[in-house]
Amino acid sequence: MERNKKYLNPYFGGFLIGIFMIAAYFFSGEGLGASGALKTVVVSTTNLVAPEYTQDAAFFKKYVNNPEKPPMKTWLMFEILGVIAGAIISASFYGRMKLQIGKAPHITNKTRLIAAGIGGLLFGVGSQLGRGCTSGMVMSGMGVLSLSGFIGLIAIFGGGYIIAYFFRKLWI
Amino acid sequence: MHIFSENFGYKLLKTIDMGPFFPLGTIGEELNLIIGFFIGIGFGFSLEASGFTNTRKLAGVFYGYDFVVLKVFFTAAITAAIGLFLLNYYGIMDINAIFYPKTFWIPTLIGGFIMAFGFIIGGFCPGTSVCAAFTGKIDGMVFVGGALIGIVGYSLTYEQLWASLRMSGAMGKVNIAKWMGISDGLFILILTIVAAIAFYAVTLIQQRVTSKKDYQL
Repeated sequence: MERNKKYLNPYFGGFLIGIFMIAAYFFSGEGLGASGALKTVVVSTTNLVAPEYTQDAAFFKKYVNNPEKPPMKTWLMFEILGVIAGAIISASFYGRMKLQIGKAPHITNKTRLIAAGIGGLLFGVGSQLGRGCTSGMVMSGMGVLSLSGFIGLIAIFGGGYIIAYFFRKLWI
Repeated sequence: MHIFSENFGYKLLKTIDMGPFFPLGTIGEELNLIIGFFIGIGFGFSLEASGFTNTRKLAGVFYGYDFVVLKVFFTAAITAAIGLFLLNYYGIMDINAIFYPKTFWIPTLIGGFIMAFGFIIGGFCPGTSVCAAFTGKIDGMVFVGGALIGIVGYSLTYEQLWASLRMSGAMGKVNIAKWMGISDGLFILILTIVAAIAFYAVTLIQQRVTSKKDYQL
């Protein structure tokens, strides 16, 4: 098999992520997350370009009005910088660092990119309403047996199976 | 002697917990952030090495041709649940001192359903899209851009659409095992058995689906 199609055994990969999650809770008291860091990026950026809006917006203001704690200096922000570094290390090692568009062979690049943008938009909204995404809310929530993690699991994956049929032309 | 710990069942003995380090003040903020960076490296490496920057492998879980998401995801959650359960039980780490998410079941259910659409249409979730974007996947970059715009849009419409919905269905910090009236250990055991059966079943499904057609992953 080509080197760039080699992947870890999924159970071993999952075991590693579980160990890193335990470490995150043990050292820092935090789960592994992603959407929280994206929110931090948004809050910091809007605070630069539109400080009046950001410091007054009901959803954003609690993150920027503390002079002791700059919004970028959060654990999740450092964690996501590590995630980026780790992904680059792995992709370089396996020879997967390549500019490309991932998609099913039968759809056009344009369709794929529009769908990716819409999907991102929906995830941006859904993760803020749901207080976290697949990693921070569902996976890390399941790790500590939080009810919200299991509700999120059913909503995201159960919901996905319900609607998959209607979007099958994007993938198969 | 067993003592009851509020969010995570019983502990074996009344002991002095070593962890979690940062919440208990064992390590300072700077070191905590550096540790966060290194834990992130491990997480990002494992995601990429498991194939999570490949959007088709991710979407495969919904169409039966690749179940890597389900296998990695459940193995990670169960590994963490067993590890944290044991750390708490033997008094090595106090589970009450960690960030324990509160349950707001209505916005989580609705937000989760919105995310389901995001997953099926976009082919990523936020963590995997960041890994994809920084390893050269243009669709990953567009997804991240969409997510950032989505968060801005959420803020712009927050008071009109989301503010009261977000606070509805508040239940506080709820442990699912306690909520079901069983012990944490039993719940984790049931979860592990269900996952093992699911792993076996999806392996058979994947063999059947991929034997009919080459999905060219």
